[in-house]
Formats: sequence, structure tokens, C-alpha cells
Amino acid sequence: MALSPKIYQELPSQTAGPYVHIGCTPQMAGLKTIYGGGHLGSKMVNEKTLGIRISISGKIFDGTGTPIKDGIIELWQADAQGLFNSPDETRGEPDQNFQGWGRQPTDILTGEFHFDTIKPGRIPYLSTNRLQAPFISIWVAARGINLGLHTRMYFPEEVEANAEDPVLNRLEHQNRVHTLIAEPLEDGVYQFDIVLQGENETVFFDI
Amino acid sequence: MTKRPPPSGGFFPRNFQIHPPAYAPDYKSSIVRSPKLALVSIGNGLSEITGPVFGHEDLGPTDNDLILNYSAKDKSPIGERIIVYGKLMDESGKGIEGALIEIWQANSAGRYRHIKDKYIGPLDPNFGGCGRTITGEDGHYEFRTIKPGPYPWPNGINDWRPSHIHFSLFGPGFSQRLITQMYFEGDPLIKICPIVNTIPDKEAIDLLIARLDMANTIPMDTLAYEFNLVLRGRRSTMFENRPEGN
Repeated sequence: MALSPKIYQELPSQTAGPYVHIGCTPQMAGLKTIYGGGHLGSKMVNEKTLGIRISISGKIFDGTGTPIKDGIIELWQADAQGLFNSPDETRGEPDQNFQGWGRQPTDILTGEFHFDTIKPGRIPYLSTNRLQAPFISIWVAARGINLGLHTRMYFPEEVEANAEDPVLNRLEHQNRVHTLIAEPLEDGVYQFDIVLQGENETVFFDI
Repeated sequence: MTKRPPPSGGFFPRNFQIHPPAYAPDYKSSIVRSPKLALVSIGNGLSEITGPVFGHEDLGPTDNDLILNYSAKDKSPIGERIIVYGKLMDESGKGIEGALIEIWQANSAGRYRHIKDKYIGPLDPNFGGCGRTITGEDGHYEFRTIKPGPYPWPNGINDWRPSHIHFSLFGPGFSQRLITQMYFEGDPLIKICPIVNTIPDKEAIDLLIARLDMANTIPMDTLAYEFNLVLRGRRSTMFENRPEGN
């Protein structure tokens, strides 16, 4: 690849609106049969996927503490060895039974989302050899969100790795780190709530 | 397989002059859904420059044809038949092949097929309102659909959405992820829409307006609109080495 000038402008973002489920998770909107009755990203693991099975549930709260019921949430993560299933992965052969991407609606009645996936391996920080703590990249879109929000989920049992993680360490407000760390419910079962605004507002990233 | 160091070269930084701010009070839903604290800027690493890969096998043959993908046999949805097509590219103009594009929209009466939409405009039994496709060579994509109708929405007392199609876009990198909306050339509701007007740079609104294209219109059948999709571009320079000391 060579350097290329910027000659076009990225399109401006517009909110996903109240009906994003129609396009991204149509069964949740009531379109039961379209796309063969499922949505992309609904199943992240199969029986051959390598790694420790985990599940993540949570809600996304607005500034009044109300869970949002018309949103979508997407995960992007490395496989158990810390490799991404992407053409830009040059470090090794990723697990072909793991795409690394998942998408779920926030439930139209309860606001809850749920993922079954695997715990990712550690990956290097930027183009260094320094390892980051294991984490999952998260992207959120909904009515009232004008530009999709990027955040990360880290693992509560990774005390040492989290303490030396280069991204967690660069946060100016160390009292916000906890917003990026999931709550352990039982072994391999995590709760990760996202707070859009107010007390305990989740750290969102410009990436 | 030889182990090479992780690739370097992040995406061009976002131009926040063209994106709506999180808090845009004329669009009331943003008031309690906008983070108040600054986004924390982190560089693009592996998790940002990589992203999911989708294949044609993930999709069905009529997924990009909203005239067919929900209609009963030999029936068609009501409304203006249109083709929406264009090129998905990055900010350097490079076509993005193999990317997933998903759309959703109201029907010709301005009604969404969604259990929460109670607008008086009727549902069309032959129209679902969602479609998806994978871009072809050079980033080309096309959908066939019905032109969506405008509709009123609860914001101000008398706010109406211009006709629009929602677009969800993927590029090769997860940091390119974008959802936006496409509007139609000449629609008088664009200028007075509170959601359109969340965009601070008024000239940038033009990037979201599809142009009527008579050359690709199918005579006696279907109008065509051209809408090009641009995602963030990416640096890639041999001078971007790993920082010293790591």
C-alpha cells in the first residue's frame, strides 16, 4: 500500500432512529420470516470454536436511568489466541470457526442484550509488542445517538493485566476505569451495562 | 506462516465538523442519550483496523430487492419503483469490495413495518422494508425498492421526516462503522428536518442527498438514484514504525 490523499469526505452520520431493528435485527421488529428468520451476528460460536465460552448480558441506560429498548449493540473481538479473523491479520492463522463479530438488539420489552461468545486472547497495543489486557470492542447505535458509540469491555478477573493495560492506564480519570470492566455473575458469565450519560457514564472512545 | 509485526497505519481522523454532535437539543431524543464527557481518543490498533468479513453466502438472492423480498407471489408493493445504486469507497476514492450494506425504510405511505410504529399511514402487505447486499468489484452496490413516504414524528408539534432510507455500512476496519440516512434530491422537507439539521456543516448535508439519474433509469419501469457512500480512508506509510523502546 502507498499513501493516498484524502479527496472525499466520510459521509456525515445520522441517527439509527427508532426502527434500527428492522434493518439489523428484523425479528425483534416483528419481521419474523425475512432473511430466513435470523439476523447476521446472532450466533458467534459453534461447537468447533476454540476458547473458553462466556456470556455477556446487560442494558444500555440513558441519562435518566431508563434502559433503551430500541438500540443495537455489536461486538468485535480477537479469537482465543488473540488473532482477528480479518485480511489485515498478519500475525498468524485465526480460528476459522470464529468470525469475531456479533450483533444483538436491546430487547424491545426489557432493554436487555445477550451474547454468547468466547474470551478473547491478548493482542498487542498499536504496533508495539506490548500486550493489552483481553477486551472486546463494542459499538452502540440507537435513536438519539447521533454517531455510533465505541467502547470496550474488559474482564474483572484480569486484575494484573488490567493494571498494566496501556489504554486503561492512559485514562485521565482513573475513577472511570470501572465503567469498562464487566461485573462477574458466575464463572464465565458477565454483566456489562453501558451508561450513556450522567453518573458512572461509560468511557466512549474516538478511535 | 511467517509472523510479521502488526500492520501500522490507522484511519484518517474523523472530521467532527461534518458529524452531528452527540447533544443536539432540537432533536429531542439526543438530550438524554448523549454522553456529556469527552470521547477518549486512542490510536488505531489491530482491533480498530480490522473488522468482520461477510460473504455472499451469508445473503439470500433477493435480499437487495425490497420489491421482491417480502411480497407475495406475483404481487408488488405500492409506490414509486426506484433503484438506488452507487459506489462504496474510502476517503481516498478507493472502492471497497466485499462490504456489507444494510438498509431499512418506511413504505410509500411513510409507515414502518415495526411493532412500535402506529402511524395512520397503512402497512403494505407486500413490503417489508429492509434489504442488504455485499459490495461488488470496485465497491459497487445496488438496491431495488419503493420510494419511502415522508411521515410525522413526535419531536416538535409538527415535525416531518423527509423521505429517507437508513444505511448501515461496514468497511474493512471496525472504526469505519457508520450508520447514516439517504435523502432524495429536491425534497422540501430536508431543509426543515431537525435530524438533518443536527449536521453542523450545512454543505455536508449534500453528501447525503441521492441524485436522480435518468441515464440508469429503466424506461417505463423504474427510476434510478445515485448515492455514493464514503467511509474513512486509511494511512499506510513505510515511515510509521513501531515506537522506540517498546
